[in-house]
Amino acid sequence: MTIEVKNIVKKYGAFAALDNVDLKVADGELLALLGPSGSGKTSLLRIIAGLDWPDSGEVSFDGENALVHGAGERQVGFVFQHYALFRHMTVFENVAFGLRVQPRAIRKSEASIRARVKDLLDLVQLDWLSSRYPSQLSGGQRQRIALARALAIEPRILLLDEPFGALDAKVRKELRQWLRSLHHEIHVTSIFVTHDQEEALEVANRVVVMDKGRIEQIGSPGDVYDNPATAFVHGFIGESIVLPVDVREGSVRLGGKTLNIASDGAPSGASKLFIRRHDMQVGPSGSGALEGAVRHVRTFGPIQRAEVALSGGESETLIEIDAPRDRPLQTGDLIGLQPRRYRIFAG
Amino acid sequence: MSMPQSQSYLYQARDDLRTEPRLIRFLIIAIAMIFLIVFVVFPLALVFAQAFSAGIGAYWRALSDPEALSAIRLTLMVAAISVCLNLVFGLIAAWAIAKFDFRGKTFLISLIDLPFSVSPVISGLVFVLLFGAQGYWGPWLQSHDIHILFAVPAITLATIFVTFPFVARALIPLMQEQGTQEEEAAISLGASGLQTFFRVTLPNIKWGVLYGVLLSNARAMGEFGAVSVVSGHIRGETNTMPLLVEILYNEYQLVAAFAIASLLAMLALITLVAKTILERHLDEGQRPRDH
Repeated sequence: MTIEVKNIVKKYGAFAALDNVDLKVADGELLALLGPSGSGKTSLLRIIAGLDWPDSGEVSFDGENALVHGAGERQVGFVFQHYALFRHMTVFENVAFGLRVQPRAIRKSEASIRARVKDLLDLVQLDWLSSRYPSQLSGGQRQRIALARALAIEPRILLLDEPFGALDAKVRKELRQWLRSLHHEIHVTSIFVTHDQEEALEVANRVVVMDKGRIEQIGSPGDVYDNPATAFVHGFIGESIVLPVDVREGSVRLGGKTLNIASDGAPSGASKLFIRRHDMQVGPSGSGALEGAVRHVRTFGPIQRAEVALSGGESETLIEIDAPRDRPLQTGDLIGLQPRRYRIFAG
Repeated sequence: MSMPQSQSYLYQARDDLRTEPRLIRFLIIAIAMIFLIVFVVFPLALVFAQAFSAGIGAYWRALSDPEALSAIRLTLMVAAISVCLNLVFGLIAAWAIAKFDFRGKTFLISLIDLPFSVSPVISGLVFVLLFGAQGYWGPWLQSHDIHILFAVPAITLATIFVTFPFVARALIPLMQEQGTQEEEAAISLGASGLQTFFRVTLPNIKWGVLYGVLLSNARAMGEFGAVSVVSGHIRGETNTMPLLVEILYNEYQLVAAFAIASLLAMLALITLVAKTILERHLDEGQRPRDH
């Protein structure tokens, strides 16, 4: 099932939750909507599900207008952030719900409902919990039951709202891998919303980065990390060093000093220089575009993280860099820094 | 070395702050108990003592008097009708307020509370002004020979008015706390509106519904002011139990008055016990659903 979203606008009073959003989702894809809170990602998901309606725009499934159908008719499996399990029903009845409420004409027999629920509980590896109530389950178990319940109606699309948001770090990690392998197994077109970049990059085939109701970039996880399209994406995904620079006729100036780097065609004017922490080459003093004094060093794993006070400029600028441990840094060292990779964005 | 000592000191100080000296604790509890005994237990006991003062035979005769039986019947019928209607209205109002956002919502909430803040006598007078001979619709009703005032319909209407807030009030906070996620889940799984209501919403609020019905019923059976204004006090026809108690008392039929009163007192006691049980269920139902 492909999904196409065109020119979607959704406003709450004067606040535009979604501002002209276009998105195409291919069949069988596992897509992440990534953005800070208030970026409109959940609004978009709810509109696709039919739980909310856009002010204007189109939503179509396989080329067919979906907006004429209510949530119940779209055959969309929705997994809520807080699971929204029916608290007065057992796990079994929760999963069976979607099958039991079907119109009598197409409703399955009790025996085949039971068989289907058992299959689903086996799929999420929780058949031993079938007579428990939601309040007796852990967060990770509830999450998987919510997923089994959504899958019961044989959804054409699976939508997950912050699926791992309410779980602790270890369970979250396990469930991520589990979700990816489950998607591989059932191969239903899936979209999940997250504010956690690591989650999006690790689980999804494709990542949609959103901010302030707009899509900033769509790309593979590697793409959005290595080639951020906008300053927002660079700052939001991965840790970045951001320096305020002035671009003038192809030269890049920081605090009145021209840096020994190319402007890469950035337009003249006030700009921001983005560098990944690990893309800063450390050398002896005078060897790089930037100069600085090491203030503080912490070492963990394969890297040392150094806090460096950049010299030059009126006010002191502190940056953090990640360097390999082969050349140990010490507090007070004067070092030269050369960005291996960097991006300049206007603004 | 001095650490543990100073620490135990701290604990002791905190203990003292938390609990009052034994004597004061005893005094406070004693005052509360004496107050309850003087103002609640003693009068209640007196009601039953008076009712049985002429023996159980007299008590039974007072209750099986035709007027008494008619009052009991009328009270039960009015309570049944008004509780059923208020259950439906209350559910709808609470559903609308808790699950949807719309213009005029706060106005509706304060409107629901209105019967609590208006004196019951005025609630009754409103119906006199509407349906009375000199009232707004009075002449029209008279010309069509429809009897509302000084008859069962007005008593029922007044009771509905006075007891309206109970069900809605019991449900609104409960439904607001539960949010709409389970309903959304049900809808997205293909359930219709009615299926969602009966399979998801209603089971989640059933204890709240019972709680509202219980309070509403107690008030409906015990209501005096509003009903007194619209009833007309026609003996054997439009007297409810509280009204009959007053009439009998004014006629110095103390045993009969207290016999009927003892039934109302019994209702109060049963309500109290049921309320305690329901509150326990409500507390369980309201446990947060995460963690």
